[in-house]
Amino acid sequence: MISFVLRRLLQMVPIVLSIAAVIFLMFSVIPGTFVSSMNDDGRSVMDAEVAARINKEFGLDDPVYIRFGKYVGQLATLDLGTSFRTRQPVTTVLADRMWPTAQLALASMLFAIVFGVPLGFIAALRQGSWIDTISMVSAVSGLSLPKFWLGLMLMYIFALVLGWLPSFGYGDGGIRYLILPSIALGVAPMALLARTTRATVLEIMNADFVRTARAKGMSEARVVQWHLTRNALVIVLTTIGLQFGTVIGQAVVVEKLFAWPGLGSLLVDSVTLRDIPVVQGAILVIVLFFLLINTLVDVVCAIIDPRIKYT
Amino acid sequence: MTGQALLEVEGLRIDLSVNGRRYPAVQDVSFSIRRGETFGLVGESGCGKSITALALIGLLRNPLSIAGGSIRFDGQELRDLSPGGMRKLRGSRISMIFQEPMTALNPLSPVGRQIAEMFVLHKGANWREAERQAVEALARVRVPAPERRVKDFPHQLSGGMRQRVMIAMALVCGPDLLLADEPTTALDVTVQAEILDLIRELSAAQGTAVFMISHDLGLIANMCQNVGVMYAGRLVEQRAADSIFLAPRHPYTQGLLASLPLLGARSKFGRKKLKEIEGVVPPVVAFPTGCRFNPRCHAATDLCRAEDPVVTPLPDSGLVRCHYHD
Repeated sequence: MISFVLRRLLQMVPIVLSIAAVIFLMFSVIPGTFVSSMNDDGRSVMDAEVAARINKEFGLDDPVYIRFGKYVGQLATLDLGTSFRTRQPVTTVLADRMWPTAQLALASMLFAIVFGVPLGFIAALRQGSWIDTISMVSAVSGLSLPKFWLGLMLMYIFALVLGWLPSFGYGDGGIRYLILPSIALGVAPMALLARTTRATVLEIMNADFVRTARAKGMSEARVVQWHLTRNALVIVLTTIGLQFGTVIGQAVVVEKLFAWPGLGSLLVDSVTLRDIPVVQGAILVIVLFFLLINTLVDVVCAIIDPRIKYT
Repeated sequence: MTGQALLEVEGLRIDLSVNGRRYPAVQDVSFSIRRGETFGLVGESGCGKSITALALIGLLRNPLSIAGGSIRFDGQELRDLSPGGMRKLRGSRISMIFQEPMTALNPLSPVGRQIAEMFVLHKGANWREAERQAVEALARVRVPAPERRVKDFPHQLSGGMRQRVMIAMALVCGPDLLLADEPTTALDVTVQAEILDLIRELSAAQGTAVFMISHDLGLIANMCQNVGVMYAGRLVEQRAADSIFLAPRHPYTQGLLASLPLLGARSKFGRKKLKEIEGVVPPVVAFPTGCRFNPRCHAATDLCRAEDPVVTPLPDSGLVRCHYHD
């Protein structure tokens, strides 16, 4: 069991490294540099001497392979480089932003799980009823609502009209500030979880071993309790793990909208400024978070499902 | 029908609904099983054997439903029972084993626990007592080292062992009727005989009647006292096992018997191709008019194509559904 977890963690190393390489190469291919991005605002043009000094300081004149070599060398010592903009170590910049994004991602997934999974369960057990119809229609709508529009509507209703919750910002980090952005971000995964759960439960309801359970004289409630739940859980958990990735990716939009000081908004600002060390660092952290969550899900699935070997 | 019949099925009809239209998937099926008797139902895939068994245990699901006839079990009309009453019967007095022992067991639950459920459900036992009895139940179906096997999950057992678990589960409450839906089809030939012996031995010991479904005529000949041959949702011939194999009357039964491979047949008669019945079982939604077997029957006449034959009693107290039964 412990060696299974360790092995899964070690497997993450090559994944992270290859992703680091892809990001690095991508940013050396796309047009625009740190210097050119500062000229882009059109207000002033940087002195050529200053530009040359900046490029020299950050080693931006070096060929790609040298810069990549340096970058990998830094990674080996867990150094993510220095931000072009703030001249702080990237690790420090990221450390401040990581917690708000983790908070937002966890809260929105919590929202998605608490509402989506039971909804899917009930819809499947009452297949064809009005509960089923309503929940599946709302699931499709939830999946197709644009996040920024949903976010604006939530702000308008709960902050402006009703005045129950703050409209944006991180505030003191309290839960009040977290509610609206988490809902805006959590509605899509909730809808998807509801649909997946429903499909999973319906499929298991038709499985041979459920027929066996009925042939044993079990009531439907017992069938659900003794035979259905655990089997459904394995698939639902895997979906939850994968949804985490989507949620962190889409947090960019919601963080921007709600002025949430997370990795997403940092990422957008840093891309615009071509603050490449920060961009690379932020993406790496997001990837790492996603991998960790999914490793956790795999471990839990292996505990539930004896067919999965601890190898 | 005799008074001591355990199960009496009269004019059973099972409908399949497709887009609001109902088609009879099983029709005019009547038979009876005495206590301790083994009754065999044979026929090709898709002719209605399995859904007949599911109807007997009350497990038909949409789009299939019982549309007519009666099922009397120990004097009680099952169609009159409430869902709750039917549920009490399932597992305790009527139980069932299925064809695929891999998928018929819950993959995430230890087999001992799955057997123990029967004691909790029907005997009101607590889990500890039930788990202990599960060990005994496994020992009775001759699973080696049962006290260790109860902790195993289905995927850790072989097909034969899994089917033993199914049998242990089905017979643990001493049911009056066991429905066995092709219990050995998915197993190795060597294991088949052991499983059949086990079913025969345990059902005989408890006086359990067995309703055995198979397309394997050899198995049916071996196990059963009475045999029904089903084709396209109807019983076409119903006889005592010895007479049906010696002198089949319905062309379909004759075809089934002729298509059996005979050991040594090739060396005796030189190269000889196995006989087959041409064509396939028609789908429920497109049963032919007249006798349902007429498109595949070598002796079909205009009468067969126009008129549905009725069930005719034979001198040996068997029944046949054919215009030309003599």
